[in-house]
Amino acid sequence: MGSLSLNYIVRRLLVFFLTLWVAATLIFIIPRLAPGDPITAMVARMSQQAGFVENADLIIEGWKERFGLNDPVYVQYLRYMGNLLRFDLGLAMARFPSPVSQLVSRALPWTIGLVGIATLIFFTVGNLFGALLAWTKTPKLVKVLIPMSMIFTSIPPLLAGLLLVYIFGFLLDIFPQAYAYHHSFREPEFTLKFIGSVLHHGFLPAMAIVLVTFGYWALGMRGMMVTIEGEDYMILAQAKGLKPFYVLYRYMIRNAILPQMTALAVSIGTLVGGSVLVEVIFNYNGMGTLIFTAIREQDFNLIQGTSFILIVTSALAVLIIDLSYPLIDPRISLEGK
Amino acid sequence: MAAEAKTKTAVVAGGTKKAGAFNRFDNPWLNWKFLAGVSILGIIFFLIFLGNTFWDTSLALNASAPLNLPPYGMEYQKGKNTILVGVPEHPLGTENSGRDMLALLIVGTPRTLGVGAIAASVGMLVGIFLGFLAGFLGGWIDDMIRLATDITITIPSLLVLIVIQSVLGSVDLVTMALLISMFAWATPTRYIRAQVLSMRESGYVQMARLSGVPVRDIMFKEIMPNLLPYLAASYIGNMTGAIISAVGLEVLGFGPQRIPSLGVAIFFSIEAAALLRHMWWWWGIPTVILAIVFIALLLINLGLDEIANPRLRKAN
Repeated sequence: MGSLSLNYIVRRLLVFFLTLWVAATLIFIIPRLAPGDPITAMVARMSQQAGFVENADLIIEGWKERFGLNDPVYVQYLRYMGNLLRFDLGLAMARFPSPVSQLVSRALPWTIGLVGIATLIFFTVGNLFGALLAWTKTPKLVKVLIPMSMIFTSIPPLLAGLLLVYIFGFLLDIFPQAYAYHHSFREPEFTLKFIGSVLHHGFLPAMAIVLVTFGYWALGMRGMMVTIEGEDYMILAQAKGLKPFYVLYRYMIRNAILPQMTALAVSIGTLVGGSVLVEVIFNYNGMGTLIFTAIREQDFNLIQGTSFILIVTSALAVLIIDLSYPLIDPRISLEGK
Repeated sequence: MAAEAKTKTAVVAGGTKKAGAFNRFDNPWLNWKFLAGVSILGIIFFLIFLGNTFWDTSLALNASAPLNLPPYGMEYQKGKNTILVGVPEHPLGTENSGRDMLALLIVGTPRTLGVGAIAASVGMLVGIFLGFLAGFLGGWIDDMIRLATDITITIPSLLVLIVIQSVLGSVDLVTMALLISMFAWATPTRYIRAQVLSMRESGYVQMARLSGVPVRDIMFKEIMPNLLPYLAASYIGNMTGAIISAVGLEVLGFGPQRIPSLGVAIFFSIEAAALLRHMWWWWGIPTVILAIVFIALLLINLGLDEIANPRLRKAN
């Protein structure tokens, strides 16, 4: 890590914190741009449901005072930022009085696990397939089979999830249709049986993400490999009489993987968005399902909190990829020297 | 795939394919992926046109057709027996609240594509403007634009859109498209900036600059025409992304509820547990149509990539 240039780290950290600030500010401003305020809207909803609400004005005033909505906007903004820094996301209305942070901390590991493992699979498989597609020594049959496997590429994971859950969950009934583990487990536990159940339940959602994504990486990798095949050092490698596998790995894949890492950092945002929707389809116990529940129960606090934490997580993932990049590409750390 | 492409070019070239020989039919735009993608989209538009002419589109509205009708001429599971039932009036069946599925597709498909087109267009215009600005002017303007794109790309746009929409409630499709375009400018900006940067150093731009051509003319008369395939590929990619966002928001229940689009149909089907009830035509047909649209867009994009990048073309 000593070779990381300070300039690079500072710039990455700046982007990270600015991203969090922009996201937090957007989430603060958006509800305030809409006409009316949340309390009045809530009481209006209550009176719609119940027909009439006693002392509605008093309730509105009381809650406004309680939530500090009568303070000037900048005071509200500073207080909101202060709360976010302490990860105090308020209470969830839908499951009152659970704090949002508690619900989020229960759901987040599932989402990170699902997206993390799916990413690992599609990145490995995609790059491997892409490399094989471009390599001149690949068997003909493989070169025909790989493009056929990529037919689902660019379909949103949500639609793939729908098809998979119907075919494998309902028609063939070999995979469960919902939840992250079997309902006989009350709480997550650390047994082999539980882990097996988690893998069984997680397979389809992960596949929904992998199937539609890996082709994209294979195509990117293929493009890179084709570019590299034209480089002078490839001729040198051949002239040296190096073994084909050695050339493939040391000369081609290791060079081609670098832009793929950058592309991975760029695609995290889309990936998280897609996995949120996959979770909704599979009713997975993660952040996506939490947001969906919050939307249906019109629990704005929970929507805000969940979205913000997911944005923080994505930004963190991007930061980690960006910071690990100089480790695999020494040229970056020379930049600016 | 590669062999097929080769035979196609050979056929087009009239069988006179000789290594190194000049061939005036060897036009990069005669790329089979590009043409296949365009034809698929063309067929879809033609079918929509036919549907609008010959089918009663008002059947896409609530309660204009009988409820839960299974599709005609297709297998339908009832208990243990697989039976064929249905009526000619509703060839693709109807859904829970009495919308005719065929009418729903005719009305919904162009609306879904429209959202993508609007959002991608707005995003591209902003992207071209900012990309050229950053790539050509450099300095602190470039720094600011790069910072803004980095931040926008890092934030998962769907989440911010969810927050916005949960305040606004369900909105019409144009508003939805404009909301999506708030995030659709960043990727084109980054892409175009990189292309402009590399083109700025190329010989013909240097030549133009030395000849005293004004900056604006260098941008729009020298660089822009060379960027066209890249711009088109970027636009298609952007459109794919915008449709994915739109369908995602619709499936979460933020779409317009009265006149359906494909995503809204899927939302309703999930709400009504259509999966559990084996009403596959309700969510399945919109899903397949969307999948075909996405495959067509991908083919166009791949074709454009090969048109723009001779090295990729040679690899086939």
